[in-house]
Amino acid sequence: MTVLFDGIASGLLLFLISVGLSVTLGLMNFVNLAHGAFAMLGGYVCVVLLNRYGVPFLATLPIAMIVSALAGVVLERTLYRRLYGAPHLDQVLFSIGLVFMSISTANYFFGDHQQPLHLPPMLSGQFHVAGADIGAYRLFLIVVGLVLAGGLQWLVTGTKFGASLRAAVDNPRIARGLGIDVDRVFVVTFALGSALAALGGALGIEMLGLDPEFPITYIVYFLIVVAVGGSGNIKGSLIASLILGICDVEGKYYVPQIGAFVIYLVMVVTLIFRPQGLFGRMAAK
Amino acid sequence: MILKKCLATLALAMTLTGGASAAEPVKVGLILALTGPFGAYGKQIEHGVELYLKTNGDTFGGRKVQLVIKDDSPGTAGDVSKRLAQELVVQDKVDILAGFTLTPSAFAVAPVATEAKKPMIVMNAATSAITTKSPYIVRTSMTLPQNTAPMASWAAKNGIKKVFILVADYGPGYDAEGQFKKTFEAAGGQIVGDVRAPVKNPDYGPFLERIKDSKPDAVFLFLPPGAGTIAFMKGFEERGLDKAGIKMIATGDLTDEEILDSIGDQALGMITSFHYSEAHKSPENAAFTTAYHKAYPDDRPDFMSVAGYDGMHLIAAVLDKTHGSTDADAFVAAAKGMKWVSPRGPISIDPDTRDIVQDIYIRKVEKVGGKLQNVEFDHVSAVKDPGKQ
Amino acid sequence: MTRRDASRWHPAEYAFWALPIVAYFVFPDHLALLAQIAIAALFAVSLDLILGYAGIVSLGHAAFFGIGAYAAGLLAQAGWGDPVLGLACATLAAAVTGFATSFLVLRGADLTRLMVTLGVASMLYVLANKLTDITGGLDGLQGVEMKPIFGQFAFDLYGKTAYVYCTIILFVMFWIARRVVHSPFGLSLQGIRQNAVRMPALGTPVNARLVAVYTLGAAYAGIAGALLTQTTQFVSIDVFSFSRSAEVLLILVLGGIGSLYGGILGAVVFMTVHEYLSGIDPLYWQFWLGLLLIVVVLFARGGIMGTLRLASKVRA
Repeated sequence: MTVLFDGIASGLLLFLISVGLSVTLGLMNFVNLAHGAFAMLGGYVCVVLLNRYGVPFLATLPIAMIVSALAGVVLERTLYRRLYGAPHLDQVLFSIGLVFMSISTANYFFGDHQQPLHLPPMLSGQFHVAGADIGAYRLFLIVVGLVLAGGLQWLVTGTKFGASLRAAVDNPRIARGLGIDVDRVFVVTFALGSALAALGGALGIEMLGLDPEFPITYIVYFLIVVAVGGSGNIKGSLIASLILGICDVEGKYYVPQIGAFVIYLVMVVTLIFRPQGLFGRMAAK
Repeated sequence: MILKKCLATLALAMTLTGGASAAEPVKVGLILALTGPFGAYGKQIEHGVELYLKTNGDTFGGRKVQLVIKDDSPGTAGDVSKRLAQELVVQDKVDILAGFTLTPSAFAVAPVATEAKKPMIVMNAATSAITTKSPYIVRTSMTLPQNTAPMASWAAKNGIKKVFILVADYGPGYDAEGQFKKTFEAAGGQIVGDVRAPVKNPDYGPFLERIKDSKPDAVFLFLPPGAGTIAFMKGFEERGLDKAGIKMIATGDLTDEEILDSIGDQALGMITSFHYSEAHKSPENAAFTTAYHKAYPDDRPDFMSVAGYDGMHLIAAVLDKTHGSTDADAFVAAAKGMKWVSPRGPISIDPDTRDIVQDIYIRKVEKVGGKLQNVEFDHVSAVKDPGKQ
Repeated sequence: MTRRDASRWHPAEYAFWALPIVAYFVFPDHLALLAQIAIAALFAVSLDLILGYAGIVSLGHAAFFGIGAYAAGLLAQAGWGDPVLGLACATLAAAVTGFATSFLVLRGADLTRLMVTLGVASMLYVLANKLTDITGGLDGLQGVEMKPIFGQFAFDLYGKTAYVYCTIILFVMFWIARRVVHSPFGLSLQGIRQNAVRMPALGTPVNARLVAVYTLGAAYAGIAGALLTQTTQFVSIDVFSFSRSAEVLLILVLGGIGSLYGGILGAVVFMTVHEYLSGIDPLYWQFWLGLLLIVVVLFARGGIMGTLRLASKVRA
């Protein structure tokens, strides 16, 4: 039971750190490898506020999201928007460039060591329910992840903004013709993606650590989730994260010899049978 | 047009480190991983080397020492390290090769040292076999088995009967695992479980559960220091393994001063075996740590900075002895059997293996003046590398 | 310029290939770096074959580079240290791996292919790390002793032999690749890249062509890997790493895809700038490299080759 619970928690952690990328890559169709840089920014904001200014952990999260969203808006206005129509490879080159710069910048300001994070007592420790050991922080991750997934799914499929966004991505010219302010939709969405990245980065520190290499170290995990889930699909990312998380944790517990293979194997097998991901739209090109 | 562009880039290549031909200074080529995942290691070694020159002057045996520093990040790509070593020898005409953050880097460069006949000072890479790869290699850091064996014998002597081993799934992990098992079982201990965790591992939950289920007296850990260690220790407390009476024992790189603050209070009580602690009580160490904190207020001295410091001391002492000659054979002959008191304690260079012989201390993480420190409470004198016996 | 002309050698190309000879005499102290540039160039050409000509994006091309590197290394370790034999075996090993995995990348959009290739390379990395007894794991494969090439030219400290050897192999392989892409086979690949749906109507077996070119690209990468092993006489597990796959993609995109020369120019520029920056600023060189990449994307679309083409058009 405990192992299953850990798997679910691990899956939701994967979801949280990569949901921002499902927004920028999946919904906006921009290969934003610099996703991890925004996550790292969120992480550092959280750690600095917590350790230097004594802001409570939960209060640092919205601040981290706002700071990262603002950074996202600035970069979107100045740089990203120039590349919306560009080939994916140009986007890769550009966002890798940003990653390199963010690593050096983080190193310059914060040094290259791991940042300490001390959780409030409310979120640490473990309690027993029905024969399973439940970690408080993991439970917190699960709750945040599920709420976030529900909210986003509703935002994308159930609101006017979501409809405008999908229209703007699928065909910007016609969307403009319909009176949708495409520019604004993109800025807002990008800011949302950056904010989610920051939230994931901040929530992830406890388990993933935080140092300047963060955007490179975990880039593969972000991409795996989005690819397996199918781009442009919040629900897909959630389910993919859960599958990956559970397989990964169970694999490591029962057959540690092949622990490191599991996550790649699940990804490759999934993509062979469902090249568009579990819930991919055929048009994602 | 293609031609023009190429000439421009070639011209750029030409400006790379123009060779100064003045023969007087001794040039030391320092190959370190300064960026990337192991950047923190390289930086500490560099600090140690520079601190030595700052505190002891830079002229030895009548010759000035001049450093040429190269970044071989990520440190695991032997091809990069080897090319940089070739360039240091061919272009920069260095007299001594030094540094080497990780094992692959040292292995790849060893043939260059042999062929070019340059002394090669290994300042961190800790795989036992490194010193056998060239007759010109001298090591001033440590070897893995050297630190692992004393931990195992201490554990066996101090009431720990059943141990669960968790190591990272890569070469150094296997070495630590093998040595611990060997020494611990020879001393009558029992290994109740043994797991190799993937090196890049965001979640130690499943392994912690396994450990908890097998109820050992202690768990012996070997993980690359960094995010993984921190996550493990947090999980250890979160899941109540400490309350279940399980002890954590490890080699001291896990509680390296650099990351101790990031681990936080979870590290308290952890027992490790190692050759250096910032809290080591000796006048040499007091002088070293004071100078270090003055020069690098943002960092804490650790075993890597000490290895760099001692590596530079070795070079200085040899130059004094050879009156400035850097001939590889003379250098190594002078280095063999050399003894001095380092900030870490008394050390010497084994005349047979050119490897370091040093005291290994058993330490416990405690708070000293509000700072987490590895406080030494026991030690084994003059430990040679068991990997080569 | 018409298609017919493209297969003929342009004068600028002769001039281009004279440069490595000039470089040998002008930079006698930098031959080790130049040899590694030639290897990176060959690796980039191999990726160009599958990306630039068949449109298959890959974030795991290091898989084949690594297979070639280990094949050559293990062979030499076992006593067969002849470089040419090593190259042949490495080519074969990489081609077989490429053929076997090519079926995985036939379907799917860019992202799917990126991730499948990445997954394959990552699994090979994990495998090489696991098989410590054979590969040396993270410590690297040692005891790789190369015999002199043709029994005559031993590898030296200055990198003379290594440089000449790598450059000649690069040229030969480039020449073959150039023939291939201008052959009917190469043209059919470009057709597939432009419109995979229509090509079967012309009687082109799309999947068979893609398998063939993927295998060819893998074989090329294997040669590059083998060259790295032979010139450094060491194999580190890093040959399979994500960063190596990502770096070759960067090099190729920087240079410009779909022209074969793009990969070579990209390798020259990237490695030189990398070396220069990390020499003057060992701690923060990544910042400047990142800035360069962004500037290239924003102001020099199509990479170096694209810019060169644009410049020559403006002048004409």
